[in-house]
Amino acid sequence: MSSIENSEEVGRNKTKNRSKWYRIKRLCQTYPLGAIGSFIVFLVVFAAVFADFVAPYDPTTTSAKMSLSPPGSDMLFGGDMMGRDVLSRIIHGARISLAVGIGSTLLGGVIGTIIGLMCGYWMGLFDLLIQRIIDMMQALPLLVMALVMAASLGPSLENTIIAISIPLVPQVARVIRSNVLSLRELPFVEAARAVGMSDLRIVFRHILPNTLAPLIVLGTAQLGSAILTEASLSFLGLGVPEPYPSWGRMLSESAAEYVRVAPWLVIFPGIAISAAVFGANLMGDAVRDFLDPRNQG
Amino acid sequence: MLYSYLIQRFLLMFLTLLGMSIIIFVLLRLVPGNIVDIMFDSAGFVDPDEKKTIEKELGLDLPIYEQYYHWIVGLISFDLGFSYVSEMPAVDEIGPRIPITAKLAALSLFFSILFGLPLGVISAVKQNTALDYALRVVSLSGLSLPSFWLALLILMACVSYTGAIPIYTETPETLWDELLLYLLPSAAVGFRASALIMRLTRSSMLEVMRQDYIRTAMSKGASDNAINYKHALRNAVLPVTTIVGIEAAFLIGGLIITETVFNIPGVAHFLVEAILMRDYPIVQSLVMFIAIIVVVINFLTDLAYAALDPRIKYSD
Repeated sequence: MSSIENSEEVGRNKTKNRSKWYRIKRLCQTYPLGAIGSFIVFLVVFAAVFADFVAPYDPTTTSAKMSLSPPGSDMLFGGDMMGRDVLSRIIHGARISLAVGIGSTLLGGVIGTIIGLMCGYWMGLFDLLIQRIIDMMQALPLLVMALVMAASLGPSLENTIIAISIPLVPQVARVIRSNVLSLRELPFVEAARAVGMSDLRIVFRHILPNTLAPLIVLGTAQLGSAILTEASLSFLGLGVPEPYPSWGRMLSESAAEYVRVAPWLVIFPGIAISAAVFGANLMGDAVRDFLDPRNQG
Repeated sequence: MLYSYLIQRFLLMFLTLLGMSIIIFVLLRLVPGNIVDIMFDSAGFVDPDEKKTIEKELGLDLPIYEQYYHWIVGLISFDLGFSYVSEMPAVDEIGPRIPITAKLAALSLFFSILFGLPLGVISAVKQNTALDYALRVVSLSGLSLPSFWLALLILMACVSYTGAIPIYTETPETLWDELLLYLLPSAAVGFRASALIMRLTRSSMLEVMRQDYIRTAMSKGASDNAINYKHALRNAVLPVTTIVGIEAAFLIGGLIITETVFNIPGVAHFLVEAILMRDYPIVQSLVMFIAIIVVVINFLTDLAYAALDPRIKYSD
């Protein structure tokens, strides 16, 4: 008996190993765009984590000799007006983009989830009030709200994350709330209530895990717009301050003045932003198709 | 029925705006420190008496609820106070900029529909073909390109082809000049906004094409074109109109950046300047102005939708 079980176990492990790669391959075939997106996001994450090893130069070292030097063998993407290496600054800039992107998506997600859970589970006056406030917040464009918040909080990495996360909250709260509203009527919640579980336990042990799929879908979708908003804020001079190299600020520094003489200052940071956001969006679409088949198309 | 629905929606809109004014007011005062602090910081000297006088002149010494009250009363009577920076009445600062931004926004909306609607339909009709994938990538890239980068690229292209930078330097004289000047910025904003319309048109078309009456039309032997454009498109376009409100918010976001890059003296550009200067009265009133526009557009879209779709009843 035991030997049979063992041999079955071994056989299963073998197919498990093979099927892991097989499944990844299959996933890539089913969602080719998603695979490309994930690869781009992986590259950005890699650049951010290993920036110190990958970047050929220090991103803040200036050099008069290399000022505005065109792309060449010394500096692959050229140098900026202070002679800093554009490629190194882009690689290090991935850190800021990701830190703000992921940070604000997570923060907005956590706040939104808590609000959504409370609204959906308790309902009543509290829910009504919060829903009205959410309506109001949604009437303001994401960028306008982030601008106002960034301006009143002042420029710093943490404040930029907060300024971008708050405008993301309403959407999360909405989605979670509507999920909770349908979940709370299901038998398993009723059962939990019948055995005398506390509200808090029901919400966190039984309802929250069931809202994870839509949460992940929304989070990946918001990641792109969070990165984009950070770039826009920095471009307008309200984002993460010096000395951190930020993609958006690299563009605003170079903007109209250098358009004529040094186009590489405009082209490469822009490609970095677009690629990162594009990758996040592609990945988000694929995750949505994968986790929520009803929404396909 | 209709009237009670109208009144109900109108009251709700009013309450929303009132709430938003509070949110905006509070958001701008999250952090201690006002324009006077900044003026004194940058001047590098502090004379407490002088500071007090200026604060009093600007009404910053009043309790916060009184400041709010004055602002709201002013808003209703179109008296928006004075700009801290230029010392001109805020109304005179904002007023002349509205038509510029309105024209830009209208042109951008035109472009976004021009690109978005047909491409969305094509993408849905040719679902899962190479064309569909290509169009989806284009629309997604529209959402992914930062609008300031797009604007900068357009500037660069103009520089290399014509040698001139098409940014706003003086007020255009003829309508034609004006159109030329607005064409590129609004195309940049419109391209980005079209992605939203395209994605919605596509999914809405696909949704409609799955329905029974389409199958009926097919079994009756109607041609593909007749089915796609006569039966499906008409019903698919309806939900698309509902996002005009979201689209308006999206356009404003794009305009903020694009007006800044092209140096167009519109409302959105002015908002950025005012924020950078911490010019409270202007920022407050401008953000409120944006909120009013978005909320009113949403209100009108709701009404239009209810009027267009006979399935929607006026009661909740």
